[in-house]
Amino acid sequence: MASTTEQAASTTRPAAPSSTARRAVTLRLWRGDADGGRFVDYEVPALEGEVVLDVVHRIQATSAPDLAVRWNCKAGKCGSCSAEINGKPRLMCMTRMSTLPQDEPITVSPMRTFPVIRDLVTDVSYNFTVAAAIPAFSPGPREADGTYRMAQVDVDRSQEFRKCIECFLCQNVCHVIRDHEDNKAHYAGPRFLIRLAELEMHPLDNLDRRRYISEQMGVGLCNITKCCTEVCPEGIHITDNGIIPLKERVVDARYDPVAWLGRKLLGRKAPQSAAEVAAVAPLWRNGAAKHGSAASKDA
Amino acid sequence: MAELERHDVDVLIIGAGGSGLRAAIEASATGARTAVVCKSLLGKAHTVMAEGGVAAALGNVWSEDNWKVHFRDTMRGGKLLNNWRMAQLHAQEAPDRVLELEEWGALFDRTPDGLILQRDFGGHRYARLAHVGDRTGLELLRTVQQRSVSLGVEVFMECKIVRLLHGPSGEVNGAVGLWRESGRFVVFSAKAVVLASGGVGKTWKFTSNSWESTGDGHALALWAGADLIDMEFVQFHPTGMVWPPSARGILVTEGVRGDGGVLRNSEGRRFMFDYIPDFYAKETADSEAEADQWYENKRDFRRPPELLPRDEVARSINSEVKAGRGSPHGGVFLDIASRRSAEDIKRRLPSMYHQFKELADVDITAEPMEVGPTCHYIMGGVRVDGDTAASTVAGLYACGEVAGGMHGANRLGGNSLSDLLVFGRRAGRYAAEHALGITGATVVDEAQVDAVCNEALGYFDGSGENPYAVHQDLQETMQALVGIIRTESELVEAKERLGDFSERAGTVSVEGHRQFNPGWHLALDLQSMLAVANCTTRSAIERKESRGGHTRDDYRESDPDHFGKINMVSRLRDGVVEVSESPLPTMPAELQALFEEGH
Repeated sequence: MASTTEQAASTTRPAAPSSTARRAVTLRLWRGDADGGRFVDYEVPALEGEVVLDVVHRIQATSAPDLAVRWNCKAGKCGSCSAEINGKPRLMCMTRMSTLPQDEPITVSPMRTFPVIRDLVTDVSYNFTVAAAIPAFSPGPREADGTYRMAQVDVDRSQEFRKCIECFLCQNVCHVIRDHEDNKAHYAGPRFLIRLAELEMHPLDNLDRRRYISEQMGVGLCNITKCCTEVCPEGIHITDNGIIPLKERVVDARYDPVAWLGRKLLGRKAPQSAAEVAAVAPLWRNGAAKHGSAASKDA
Repeated sequence: MAELERHDVDVLIIGAGGSGLRAAIEASATGARTAVVCKSLLGKAHTVMAEGGVAAALGNVWSEDNWKVHFRDTMRGGKLLNNWRMAQLHAQEAPDRVLELEEWGALFDRTPDGLILQRDFGGHRYARLAHVGDRTGLELLRTVQQRSVSLGVEVFMECKIVRLLHGPSGEVNGAVGLWRESGRFVVFSAKAVVLASGGVGKTWKFTSNSWESTGDGHALALWAGADLIDMEFVQFHPTGMVWPPSARGILVTEGVRGDGGVLRNSEGRRFMFDYIPDFYAKETADSEAEADQWYENKRDFRRPPELLPRDEVARSINSEVKAGRGSPHGGVFLDIASRRSAEDIKRRLPSMYHQFKELADVDITAEPMEVGPTCHYIMGGVRVDGDTAASTVAGLYACGEVAGGMHGANRLGGNSLSDLLVFGRRAGRYAAEHALGITGATVVDEAQVDAVCNEALGYFDGSGENPYAVHQDLQETMQALVGIIRTESELVEAKERLGDFSERAGTVSVEGHRQFNPGWHLALDLQSMLAVANCTTRSAIERKESRGGHTRDDYRESDPDHFGKINMVSRLRDGVVEVSESPLPTMPAELQALFEEGH
């Protein structure tokens, strides 16, 4: 099945300027589906400056037209082309060939935490199910002039989390679900823990999700190995800036005697129960998750 | 095919970018049963690639700004060929649409007073673009995505719509889709369909667009009998990456120039001063000293020529490269390193910094970028009613890039994100209103369904070429013959070649099976791209003048007396694209007066 360099070269994509160096590389791609598969070697030319996705596309255009791979922007902005390259979870569009060892095959395999659909494409519907269970943003009223006023310093932290491109690489490396499939039922994963942190730290949001985060989103399961932070292509400090503060807030909601006294004296609202907050979530996790392809395909 | 998966909805929205999701939010709020179909996963749409900002006359930075100034800028940027009503509604409603995003959780960068910060962009008189660093599109898309999810809008992901279905009077009443994952068909019956499918960039070789931008909505509308207008107007964004080859075409935000970046040729000259057209001379600085003061003082100084509308800048770069004054890899230099501090650049343009560092080994805080034009946006699209987004076919609506008219001959940067919000909302509202006014069940014509499925499956029996090879040739042809600078003989050659392409694309052979098969999907997408290529080429032949995103080497001047007063209309008659002229809607006197006050 492996193609020869000559075959591949005859119909490659746009000819590069003559000054551009070209060398043969071997990509070892995982091919298969839910029933199993194997690695297949493809020998193809790689041009100077190319990324792994370029070479995968060349294989698709020349010797394996039915090779399944997700991609969109090819500029690190959409988070579609996540895979494991030489065992490391990365975006194919942002991994330059020149950064990989030159003299041995480069393996590209699908993200391991999600079930394979075909080749490099996995079923990431778990993420969409969790997204639908996040209690929605609930802002207070606007100012009299119709605006919302927020200082830059107060939005910086939530803005950091909103850089997330939803590549799901953090979900893929998180041990809580990578090694324990059954945890998916009661654990949101790093991507959605920072989404919750973003809402919790949003200057306009009025909903207290702390008990919900603890009881339904499983923040306690994270054991802070920081693998998620290491693979984040956006450089978001997922653990330090998101999950750890979230864990602290959740603890405060339950046991903080100062907060308890404050509520007594000032008449502030107690943290809302998980069930109360769940009512604001669009789709309760155990309910019919009609959102997304997974459920739709069952129809 | 009774065993097909079926869904019955009131409003079917095709596309889950900014306009599709904004339409979905609005339609579902009316109580209409609403579904969204998209080719990729939710949240990956091309909207995420929008960088610089969303244009809205909020007046937060310059209190002089208001909808009338925005309207005037938009019309002048579009070379007065815009649908005036759309441009008016857009300018009037954009501020509310942006504020509404904040209510749904968006976090724009702030002014010292805590309001939404606005930045400068080409063709906008005042700093007008609400933004989040240089990832505004992601913020916008995520906001409408999260809002849609919270409303329980049903989303059918990784599903391509192959054809629209029509009822006895020609009205659109559903669609046939294809699950990419399983390769199975799905039939939607719908009382109204909203096209929100985005652009066409993949028809050209060097483009900022993703694989999804294959003109599906343009083609679906054409095949359904709807009019398309202005298909000759294609925007080549002046600044795409030119090196390395694999990154060629990737967008470099106009925000670089808005924030002080300048264009230089190989001699180090700020060449844009040599290309200021008479049409913009009064409002453009003619010396570097004046231009540089404008960033801080817009009352007393005129704008730098680097911030002329995109069509002007793209053509100028093209001329410099042709004259032998280009950069080593065939672009020009975009320099912000020598003009702003490294800290400022990293704060305001973080993803540009990251993109050049990762993909080109260039540190934009220390050295200039190499940039050149890249196919970015099509101004043309489905002819719609300005108020309701209704197409010329009953039951069919269009919004966002797939709709025509709003941007005339050239779109200003930042006006796309605001367009998505303003007309996404309108399309959703009026499509739902139309749907809720129809009583009784929607019955689709099974013969049409069968025909669509059989045609799509026919590619597995094809004996012709690899679809990737045909696509690559089509891109080369469009880039070479229907690119930035056009001429009669080349356009006619393109038209002839497109005849051959129809033949080749119809007989491509698809390998493998139906499950997640990109070769098969490309064979289907090729049909859309060919429809677009035909409309663009035919319209470009007929418009014998230069205007905005249509530059003719053989007709270099604009022709205000004839072509300045007409839209080119593309429609399908007996399977063939016909192009005809149609008078431009006339602007009312009170709006006309805005252009006579002058600046």
